[in-house]
Amino acid sequence: MIKQVDATQLKSKMNSRVRKNAIWKSIFLLSTLFGLLVLAVLIIRVVMQGASWIDIDFLTGRLSTNADRAGIMGALLGTVWVMLVVIPVTLIIGVATAIYLELYAKRGKIQSFIETNISNLAGVPSIVYGLLGLTIFVRLMDFGNVVLAGGLTLSLLVLPILIVSAQEALRAVPAQLSEASYGMGATKWQTIRRIILPAALPSILTGSILSLSRAIGETAPLTVLGIPALLIPFPGGLFDTFTALPMQIYYWTLDASLVAEYANLAAATIIVLLVLLFVLNSVAIFIRNKFQHRY
Amino acid sequence: MSKNSEAKKEAVNVSEMIAQNKKKKNISNLFEKLIPTILFLLASITILTTLGILYTLLSQAIEFFKRVPIWEFFTGTVLKPLSQNPEFGLLPLINGTIISTIIAMFVAGPIGLMSAIYLSEYASDRVRRILKPLLEILAGIPTIVYGFFAFTFVTPIIRAIWPEVEATNILSPGLVMGVMIIPMIASLSEDAMTSVPNAMREGSLAMGATKLETTLKVVIPAAFSGIIASFVLGISRAIGETMIVTIASGSSKNFTFDITQSMQTMTAYIVEVAGGEAPAGSTIYYSLYAVALTLFVFTLTMNLLARYISRKFREEY
Repeated sequence: MIKQVDATQLKSKMNSRVRKNAIWKSIFLLSTLFGLLVLAVLIIRVVMQGASWIDIDFLTGRLSTNADRAGIMGALLGTVWVMLVVIPVTLIIGVATAIYLELYAKRGKIQSFIETNISNLAGVPSIVYGLLGLTIFVRLMDFGNVVLAGGLTLSLLVLPILIVSAQEALRAVPAQLSEASYGMGATKWQTIRRIILPAALPSILTGSILSLSRAIGETAPLTVLGIPALLIPFPGGLFDTFTALPMQIYYWTLDASLVAEYANLAAATIIVLLVLLFVLNSVAIFIRNKFQHRY
Repeated sequence: MSKNSEAKKEAVNVSEMIAQNKKKKNISNLFEKLIPTILFLLASITILTTLGILYTLLSQAIEFFKRVPIWEFFTGTVLKPLSQNPEFGLLPLINGTIISTIIAMFVAGPIGLMSAIYLSEYASDRVRRILKPLLEILAGIPTIVYGFFAFTFVTPIIRAIWPEVEATNILSPGLVMGVMIIPMIASLSEDAMTSVPNAMREGSLAMGATKLETTLKVVIPAAFSGIIASFVLGISRAIGETMIVTIASGSSKNFTFDITQSMQTMTAYIVEVAGGEAPAGSTIYYSLYAVALTLFVFTLTMNLLARYISRKFREEY
């Protein structure tokens, strides 16, 4: 005999299962919102602490032990100089590597070796890159702790990110485009230079800006290179000593136990750094939306 | 006569043009052949970077192990690099690293996974398109900012609730590090869960299972390798994280399990010693590289493990 289904029992069982689902749904939602809540608290806190310290004198002033007169022009210039090293170095090496891997290398051992190597490099802690830079650029090549050493170290650090995004950009260019170019008698390099690269350029630039914004927020490698936060002249070239925004934040945070206002200066510098990152990311998103072709 | 010479002239011109074209072609052919080599040389810079890292760490670490026996280094429980009779025991640093990682994963593991479940299984397309980029902002905040946040905001709050906690402690940076890793685990786990085919979900739902039951009994088991891989990558990230612990956990080389105390991680030790202008050639200078080598091996193992897990145990549909 088939046992008859007890409608009320079934209903109560089903109801409790549905309720359980609803409860867990809100728990899942809350944990998603938790991260965002922390983000909001962090930003509000930093803005409340630092916003009133930002004025023209702060942005254009020199470093000073007197909190009221301290400015971050040196750190800003240092960060700009580092960007001027990182952008060309990573773009040239990164795009060349991506072109080689996607369009020239034969599918095989060498290609997979290089790709595995790149993904391993992406997982190396940034501080280890700092030691690499200290040993090779600062000591062995004897640059000292100058813009060039810092820029090259940060370039190596973000190179894996740029390579992977450039590879994706090249892969997204449809084969018909290059085949049409070959069909017209163009050589491989002509096709790459005139067809594939222009088509992939918006995505490559987006990836480049994102890796750049990673580079200018990095602190750990710079601490290892021995980047100072003293009263030094503004950097004016590749071989000048420099300090950068994250280093300035680091020293002011550390010294906040000595002079309480330094914490506010650190917060103000954080605002400047976050605004810079926000602008860079907005440009990246703008380029992606505006110029990216959909095939 | 004149017609003839004109024709001749033209003929010369044509043959000249052909010759010129050939020359041009030769140059572009040469260029065409050189390009792959040039690109390969630029691509090999990534390999040189790896070799550079290995060479730097190994050569200097060997120098260190000539002065401090390797056994003593890995089993020593006392780290006093600056004292008169310096002692170089690594265990306090390993201890600090593991404890901060465990605290971080207590935050990032469950919250990251639950965020991934919400984004992949519950959220509508529109909600996901708003929440995901916002969550990714968390991953884009420089770690120095988190360090500042941990030190000046989270630590005072913790101390107000739990007065025994010291001004520099491992708990606060651990928690903040966890928040930093949430987006990484959320997005990698979500990728793993979204790649589970819809047919499986629909089958489960059609049998009368609720969404929660489908998620727990169908989607998560199917995406399990990807989820575990995301956790392992999160651990690797926590081990290598530097600035948060450097700022908020101080530089006491305590060998303890008491999370209210200051502890130093391997990364923070490197910052302290390198920033302190350790004279090149001294034992303490070489100890940097021995610690960094250990750190490198730790994170490399984790990354390789993550890749192995996601390849080996991936369910193919």
